[in-house]
Amino acid sequence: MKPAPFEYHDPRSIDEAVALLARHGADAKVLAGGQSLIPLLAFRLARPAVIVDINRIPGLDYVRNEHEGLAIGALARQRQLERWALDGSPFLCTALRHVGHAAIRTRGTIAGSIAHADPAAELPALLLCLDGSVMARSSSGQREIPARELFVSHLTTAVRADELITEVRLPGLPDGAGWGFLEVARRHGDFALVGVAAVVALRNGRIAQARVALFGCGAAPVRATPAEQALAGQAPTRGTFAAAAREAAGTLTPDADLHASAEYRRSVAHTLMVRALAAASERARGPG
Amino acid sequence: MGAKYFGAAVRRVEDPRYLRGEARYVDDIKLPGMVHAAFLRSPHAHARITRIDTTRAAAMPGVARVFTFADLARFMKPLPLFGAPPPGLAARVSFTMRQTTQYGLCKDVARYVGEIVAMAVADSRYRAEDAVDAIEVGWEPLPAVVDMVTASEPGSPLMYADWPDNVAVGFTHAIGDADAAFTAADVVVRERFRVQRYVGMPIEPRGVVATYERRDGTLTTWNSTQVAHWVQQGLAAALEMPPHKIRVIAPDVGGGFGTKAAGYAEDALIPIAAIVLGRPVKWAEDRREHMMAAAHARHQVHDIALAARRDGTILAVRDRVWLDVGAYNSWGIVLPYNTVAHLLGPYRIRNLHVAFKAVVTNKTPNAPYRGAGRPEAVFAMDRAVDCLARRMGLDPAEIRRRNYLRGDELPWDLGMPYRDGNPLVYDSGDFRAGLEAALRAARYDEFRRAQPALRERGIYRGIGLSGYVEGTAIGPYESASVRLDLAGRVVVVTGACSSGQGHETSFAQVAADVLSVPLEWVTVIGGDTSAVPFGVGTFASRSAVTAGSSIHDAATALREKIIRAAATLLEAAPADIAIEDGRVLVRGAPASAVPLARVVQASIPTFAGPGVASPDFEATAYHHVPTVTWASAVHVAQVEVDPETGVVALLAYLVAHDCGKVINPPIVDGQVHGGVAQGVGGALYEEMVYDEGGQLLTGSLMDYLLPTAMELPPIETVHLEHPSARNPLGIKGVGEGGAISPPAAIANAIEDALAPLGVRITETPVTPARLLALIGAKKTA
Ligand SMILES: Cc1cc2nc3c(=O)[nH]c(=O)nc-3n(C[C@H](O)[C@H](O)[C@H](O)COP(=O)(O)OP(=O)(O)OC[C@H]3O[C@@H](n4cnc5c(N)ncnc54)[C@H](O)[C@@H]3O)c2cc1C
Repeated sequence: MKPAPFEYHDPRSIDEAVALLARHGADAKVLAGGQSLIPLLAFRLARPAVIVDINRIPGLDYVRNEHEGLAIGALARQRQLERWALDGSPFLCTALRHVGHAAIRTRGTIAGSIAHADPAAELPALLLCLDGSVMARSSSGQREIPARELFVSHLTTAVRADELITEVRLPGLPDGAGWGFLEVARRHGDFALVGVAAVVALRNGRIAQARVALFGCGAAPVRATPAEQALAGQAPTRGTFAAAAREAAGTLTPDADLHASAEYRRSVAHTLMVRALAAASERARGPG
Repeated sequence: MGAKYFGAAVRRVEDPRYLRGEARYVDDIKLPGMVHAAFLRSPHAHARITRIDTTRAAAMPGVARVFTFADLARFMKPLPLFGAPPPGLAARVSFTMRQTTQYGLCKDVARYVGEIVAMAVADSRYRAEDAVDAIEVGWEPLPAVVDMVTASEPGSPLMYADWPDNVAVGFTHAIGDADAAFTAADVVVRERFRVQRYVGMPIEPRGVVATYERRDGTLTTWNSTQVAHWVQQGLAAALEMPPHKIRVIAPDVGGGFGTKAAGYAEDALIPIAAIVLGRPVKWAEDRREHMMAAAHARHQVHDIALAARRDGTILAVRDRVWLDVGAYNSWGIVLPYNTVAHLLGPYRIRNLHVAFKAVVTNKTPNAPYRGAGRPEAVFAMDRAVDCLARRMGLDPAEIRRRNYLRGDELPWDLGMPYRDGNPLVYDSGDFRAGLEAALRAARYDEFRRAQPALRERGIYRGIGLSGYVEGTAIGPYESASVRLDLAGRVVVVTGACSSGQGHETSFAQVAADVLSVPLEWVTVIGGDTSAVPFGVGTFASRSAVTAGSSIHDAATALREKIIRAAATLLEAAPADIAIEDGRVLVRGAPASAVPLARVVQASIPTFAGPGVASPDFEATAYHHVPTVTWASAVHVAQVEVDPETGVVALLAYLVAHDCGKVINPPIVDGQVHGGVAQGVGGALYEEMVYDEGGQLLTGSLMDYLLPTAMELPPIETVHLEHPSARNPLGIKGVGEGGAISPPAAIANAIEDALAPLGVRITETPVTPARLLALIGAKKTA
C-alpha cells in the first residue's frame, strides 16, 4: 500500500496551481486534505503522474459570511466549519458530524469532499439541499458552478481537470425554515448507506417550501424536485410526507454493494425522508 | 505465599510505554543496510502458473532481487502443520484426516487470493511494490471451490486431485443414545445456522525483520508473533540450523487473537532473503495484505436439532457441522473438535450425535481465533435453545434455569475426551448460580416487565442470553525462569508472549508475592527465545495458568534457595528465616534484617573465600497442567431495533463470568471487554466476503467493518470466583471468553425484540439490510 511514483508540486499561489493543472491536465490530481486521495494512491487505484498539493497556498483557509451565506475557501477544513457552525448553525454542524471522525475532519476539506463527489457523502448533499455552488478557476478564468449542475456521477463532477475549486458557497436557510438531517450508516463515521437532508419553510400552517436532497441512493446526490413541488401548499402531516417520500423513493436508482441491497436503500430512503421532513417542519417557525 | 499483590487492582506496568508511544513494534526495528520485501500475491482463487518472468522487475531501480519458487527451491519446505489428534483422542474418535502441503512460495498452483507467488526485495517498500507490479505471470484459471456445503458433496470440483472429495477432516462423534432420545421426545426443533467468516484483525498487522551474521552463522529475527518458540522451531527445520543459532524476538505485539499464532510463509521467507542477500530484510504487512494473507477464522454451518421433554428438559442434541478451512488444512482437528467439545456447554445433556466435515475451499486458510470453534458451537446451541423456548412458550431464562448444571452436580463428566486426549470433566463452577447472578445484575425481570408497554409505543427492545463453558489453558506446559540479579531485583523470563494482555503486570504480581518483594522489583521478559530455551507461546487462554503456574513453582524454588543462603549468612536455622518486603531476617529479630541484595552479594566468591551459597539465584520450572480447566460465563445483551431501518442499537451488555481466582481485576475486565468487542463485531459488523468465483470482496477496513468504541455499549462484568484445583494458583483462562457468547446473546436479543413479528435470526452478522429483509418478509407474509 505505497503509492506508485508521481511528480510532486506544491505551488504557493492559485495562479501557479492552475498553471500546473493547465500543463498536466488529466495527468494531474489536486491534493487537499488527502483523506480520499491518499487511500486511492496507496491502493494504487489512482496513479496520477503529477500531484499538485495546494496546502501551501496562503489565504485559502477562510470561512466568511458573504453572499447571504458562507464563502468557504478551498483549504478550510471540515472541522473548522464544524467549530464555526457550533454557534447557531445546527444543520451544518449535524451534517458535518456525520463526516468520518474528528481526526479525518481535521485534515479533510469542504471543497475536497465536494470535488471528490462520493455519492454517499454528506457535504455534496448539503450543498445540493442549500442550492449552493462552487467557484472554479482555471488559467483561462473563473466560473461559478451551481450544485445542481455540479454532481454528474460517481466521483465525477462538472469541474474540469484544468480547474481548481477555490471556494464553496453555502447559502443560509430561508428565514424561519426548519431542517432535518438523517442518515443510516453501518457504523458511526461511515459513509451513509442512505441519507436525507431536508429543509421546510411554513406559512400559515402550510408548507411554503420544501427541499430534499438524498444521498447514497444512486450515482450522485439527488434533489427530490417533483416531491418538493407536490409538498408545497400542503399541510405538514405524516401522510403528506409519506406520499412525497413514496413518490421520491420510486424514482431512485440506488446501487447494491457489500453493505446493503438496492431494495434496502430505496426502502430506508423513504423512511428517512418522512422522518427528516417531520423533523424539519417541527423545527420550522413560519410566520402565522 | 502472602497475597499482597495477587487479586489487587495494580496498574499495568507496561502501559506508560504504550501511552507515550514508546512501545517498539516490529516496524520500529531499523537496521543499517536494511532492505524491504513486498510480495506478489495471487489475484486468482484457483489458477495454475504457466510462466513467471521477473526480468523486468529485477532490473528496476533499487531492486535487490526478485525470488520465485524456482529461485529458492533449496529452501522450500512444506509449512508447519498442526492438529493431529493426540493418542487419548484418536483412541475414542476415528478421524479421517487429510493434510495439505503449502510452500512459502507458490510452486505451481495458487489456491487462494493472496497466496504468495513471488517476493521482491528493494531499497524501499515503495520500490519493492513497483517491482511486484512489474512481475509478469501467466495464469491458467481453474474452477473455484467456494461454498463449503456444496464443496463437501459429490460432483464438486476438487481442490486436490488425489483426494476423493474436499473433506479435510471428517468424523462422527456420539455420547449416550441420541436416536432413542429423539424418539422419546415430546418436542423437537431443528434449524440451520450459519456463522460467517470473520477474523482477529489485530491493529498491528504482521511483520518480520531478519538479519543473518555470516561470521558466526546466527540468525536474529523479530516477528510480530504470539509463539516465538514455534517460529524458532519452524526456522530450525526450514533452514536446517540448530535452534541456538536462531534468536526469535517478539517485541511489543499490537494484538494477536490467534491470527499471529499460526505458522506463516513470511516467517521463513524474510530470514531466507536475509541469508541469501546478506543484508537485513524487513517486511511490514500492510492492511490490504493482511485482509487476504493473514489467517481467517470462524465460518461454520450447523444443521442442529434439539429434543426435549414437555417440561423443557433438553434430552439430546443432533448436529451436522461444516467448517470452511480455506485452501490448506494446517490446523487438523483443532477447530472441528473444539466445536464438538463445547457444544453442550452449561447444559445437562446426556445424548449427543455430531457429524463433522471440515472442508477445503479456495479461500485464505483458517486458523483458531479468540474462541476457536467455540463461538460457532455456542451460536448454534444457544440459538437453538431460544427456538425451543419460543416453541414451548417458555422464557429463554426459564428454559436455561431448567437445564443448566448446578454447582453440586460438578465435577461433571461428559463421557468423552477433550481435545488434549484427557477426559472431559468440568472441574469447578456453578453454571446455574452464574445464570441467576447474570439475570439479577442485568435486572432481567424488570426488563421483561417494561417490555410490553414499550412495544405498545412502537419501541422494540429485546434481551438475549448466552452461556458457555470453556476449556481453557491447554497444556502441556509453559516455561518460566525466575532469578535475582546482584541488586536482589527479580527477573522473570517465560515462553509466553504478550500481545497486550498485561503479562508484565500479572506475572510480576505472582512472583512478587511468592518472593515477598515489592512489585517494582520484578521485570518480566517474554517473547525472546534467547532468554529461555523452551516455550510454547500465548494462545488458547493459557498463559496465566501455564506460565503463571511455572512462575509460581520457579519462584517457590528460588525462595527456598534464598532462605537456605540467608540462614548461612545470618547464622540461623532455615526455618527461622523470613522474607519481608525484599529483606531477609531472622524471625523475631528485626535488627537482623538485610536486603536481598546482601544475600546475593554474600554468595559471590571473593579472594577471601567462596560465598555463602552458589550465586545462581535462579530457578526454572516447566509446570505440567493435567488438562484444561473450565471457565464459564453468562452474557446478557439488551438491544433496541428500529423496525423501519433494521438498525440495531446495543443498549447494555453484561458478563457474569468465572475465571477462578482473579489475579488483577482491571486486566481481567479488559480481557472481557476486548473479547466482547470482537464478539459484537461478529454479531453485527464483520464478515470476509467472497464472490462465487472465490474473489475476496472485503479488501479493506472500509469493507470489513470493525466495531469502534462508538459501536460498543457499556459493558458490565461480574466476577464469580470458583477456584480451579488444576493449578497451584486456582485460576482459569479468560483471554477468549468475552468473544464466545456475544453473537448468540445479541442475535437472541434481536429476535426477542422482534418477537411480535416472529423474525428468526439464523446467520450473522445481523446487518441492517439483512434484518430489514427478514422484517419485510414477515410483514408481507
Ligand atoms: C476513515 C474515513 C472515513 C470517512 N468518512 C466519510 C464520511 O462519512 N462522509 C464523507 O463525506 N467523507 C468521509 N471521508 C472522506 C473525507 O471526507 C475526505 O476528506 C473528503 O472526501 C475529501 O476531502 P480532502 O480535503 O481530504 O480531499 P483529498 O483527499 O485531498 O482530495 C479528494 C479529491 O478531490 C480533489 N480535490 C480536492 N480539493 C480540490 C479542489 N480544491 N479543487 C479541485 N479538486 C480538488 C482531489 O484531486 C481528489 O480527487 C472519510 C475518509 C476516511 C479516511
